Order: sequence, then structure tokens, then C-alpha cells
Amino acid sequence: MVQKLDMIPETPSQTAGPYVHIGCTPNLLGNHGIYPEDLGKSPIREGAKGERIVISGAVIDGAEMKLRDALLESWQADAFGLFNAPNEVRGKADPNVPGWCRFAADFDTAEFRLETIKPGRVLHASGRLMAPHVALWIVARGINVGLSTRIYFEDEEEANAECPVLNGIEHKDRIATLLARKTGAGEYRFDVRLQGAQETVFFDY
Amino acid sequence: MTDTAPDRGPLMPRQRLYHPPAYTPGYKTSVTRAPSRALVSMGSTLSEETGPAFGRDMLGELDNNLILNFTGQPAVGERIIMHGRVIDESGRPVPNTLIEIWQANAGGRYRHKKDGYLAPLDPNFGGCGRTVTDANGRYEFLTIRPGAYPWPNGMNEWRPMHIHISIFGSGFGQRLITQMYFEGDPLIARCPIANTIPSPEARDRLVAALDMQNSIPHDCLAYRFDIVLRGRRQTHFENRPEGM
Repeated sequence: MVQKLDMIPETPSQTAGPYVHIGCTPNLLGNHGIYPEDLGKSPIREGAKGERIVISGAVIDGAEMKLRDALLESWQADAFGLFNAPNEVRGKADPNVPGWCRFAADFDTAEFRLETIKPGRVLHASGRLMAPHVALWIVARGINVGLSTRIYFEDEEEANAECPVLNGIEHKDRIATLLARKTGAGEYRFDVRLQGAQETVFFDY
Repeated sequence: MTDTAPDRGPLMPRQRLYHPPAYTPGYKTSVTRAPSRALVSMGSTLSEETGPAFGRDMLGELDNNLILNFTGQPAVGERIIMHGRVIDESGRPVPNTLIEIWQANAGGRYRHKKDGYLAPLDPNFGGCGRTVTDANGRYEFLTIRPGAYPWPNGMNEWRPMHIHISIFGSGFGQRLITQMYFEGDPLIARCPIANTIPSPEARDRLVAALDMQNSIPHDCLAYRFDIVLRGRRQTHFENRPEGM
């Protein structure tokens, strides 16, 4: 016999299902009157420092269909690489960058749109800097455990080349699936592919 | 002073063994939505270890009262208290955790444009609520027991009574969505979604126990549902990068 560790495993995940909007974005769904507004409507406020950007995209399944029921959440640092979090100890983040956003694929077009600022570089435990990125979490009907990925930017070549997380990806040809494509001034395209040859890298940590 | 879960430090790796795999053909929608490549392993970074602040001051008075929070008039159904504690894998309470729930009404119908089930909407039931855990990690909701309902998967498949739960702890990497089932429901064992979880012991952890001791006499039953979020490693050897 040995001593007991007294560890309790995490509660098992279940799919968010098709009706996740009732609980997470009731006003967006049209169920008004319960909350004055949905949580996480924008990751930035008026006066946020940094380059304003818009990231649009879609979540696409293995049959090339765009998900109209996907719900996404993003979390990012401010333009200086600081998080607006109670457990951020490196300094005080820009108060106009709450950093968290909850958004949904459009019920008709399946497109999502994230209006934010480009985040700064954040220190990695190795002591190196990660490239600018937005952490992304995706849930929907048919997804049993929420999927975690990151939006990096194709025009941050130097930072991307140094990023310890991107460098930790064994199949180098897959890094491109994490790079938002520049489509105009301050505009990016980022599609999430759940399956297939161009399947997006999803992380486990 | 409560000995609460640490809000800093690397996340303990997710133990996938207790979770459903992505590809679960018994639940048909997962077939085209399951990644087929292996997940890429990485240690958690500040992007996963930090998260936004949630406080009880952002809540409305009726946010956790689904019986009254839609119109102020009571919803139809069997009145229940759903309550419990959020702890982490080390067993310590996690305060300031955002908990959001959503559910069908007593007839098994959701207030959602995509739900066309025969059971009528209840004009006084919106079907969502939220709260933030207190200093001891505790939460509670007052709601009605949701009805079971048929859904398109197999030809005659029914969801057991369940409440969807979204949990947001102190780190973005602790994000979790799950479902709570009710003790004694014979539909749980027949449910393709509950059965995406391979381990029967893990599945049982989603079944709330009838809690007669916390029921309110002549008013409502209570169900207890504790939630465990991913833990954080806490060792003094890990406070700073090597050489810094």
C-alpha cells in the first residue's frame, strides 16, 4: 500500500449542444429580458491602445459545411503583452482591453467576426517570447470536448519564427493552419477546419 | 480564510481518459466534427493560465432564479434547487467562477428558434441562468426539472432530463461545458451523448444526487452537483524560467 494522493479528476465534458446560445448569448438569440446584455460582447473598449484589427472566418466540418451553431471564445493580451486578469502579476494591463470575447457563428451565413486589437508578445515559461496570438476555444453540437487553438498572424513572420509554441509543432506544414491570412489593412481571415487535409492544429495542454 | 484553489501556476494536463473522445459515431453529429489528427501537446502558458475576472456584483438579483427570471411570473414545472461546489483537482474550492446554465422547460422544449418539438413553450420560462461561486466555491440555482425530449440521431432517441452547464474558472484553459443528469433517470443509460464518455464511473459523475436534506419542505426538492475544474501545479521549483 502507498499513501493516497487525494486527487479528484476533472468533471467530464459533454457537448454544448445546438442550444448553447440560450445559456451563453441569450440576447444574440433574441431571448431578451433575462440579462441586460450578453457577457463578453467585445474584447476591447473605446480608447484601447494598439492596432485595430478584424478577424473573420468560419468553422468548417469534414464535409466542407460551415457550422451555423458554433460558439467561440477568445482570450488575448493587450498591445503590450499584458493580460487584464486578476492573476496577471507582471504589470497592469490596458484597462480598455478586457481581452475576453464570446461570439457566435452567424445563424444564417455561418461567418464569425472578431473586432479587436493585435495583441503584444507574451513571455513563455522557457523565457522566450511567444508570437502575438489570440487563444480560441470552440464549442458546438457534435464537439464533445471544447477545442483549443490559437490565431497567429501571417504578417508577424519574425515573431512567429521565434515562437516556442509554434516551434513545438512537429509537423511544420501544419503551422500554416494557425496563421490568419491578411486580406486588407487591419483585416484578417481565419477559418477553423475541424477535419481533413487542412485540419487546424488543436492543442492539448 | 478559506484555503482556496491557487489562481496561478501551470495547469495540470487534462486527463483525456475521463472525457469523451472526439469521434463517437453513436452520437452522429460528432462524425464530421471530430478532429482526426492528434491534438498537439504543449505546456500551458500565460494565455491558458490567466482569465477574465467575474464578480458577484455583475449579477442581477434573479439571475440564478430560472423560475422567475424571464417574466417575474413563475414557470411551470417541478421546483428544484440545483446546488454544489466548484473545486479543483486538488480538492480546493474555486471562488469567483462563472457558472451559466441552460435547459429545456418542463415539457422538454427549448426557447430556441431551432427547436420545433411538439411540447409548447412556457411563456414564463426563458431557460437560462447564471451565478458566480462564493468564497467557498459554492453556487445555487432555483429552477424547474427539465423534461426529457426526443432528438434526431437514431430513430427513437430521447435525451434524459438534463441541465447544460458552462464553467469559467480563473484560467481560460480551465474552460469547461458539461451536462448534469438526474439520479434515477432510466434514459441516461440509453443516451448516446451521455455514452460518449467511455468510463461508467466518469459518466456517473454527471448524475446529480437527490439531496433531501437540502430540500425545502412543502416547496422544492434539491439536487447536489459538484464540479471539478483542472488543477494547477504548485511547486516552488516552477516559479520562474530557468536562469532568470
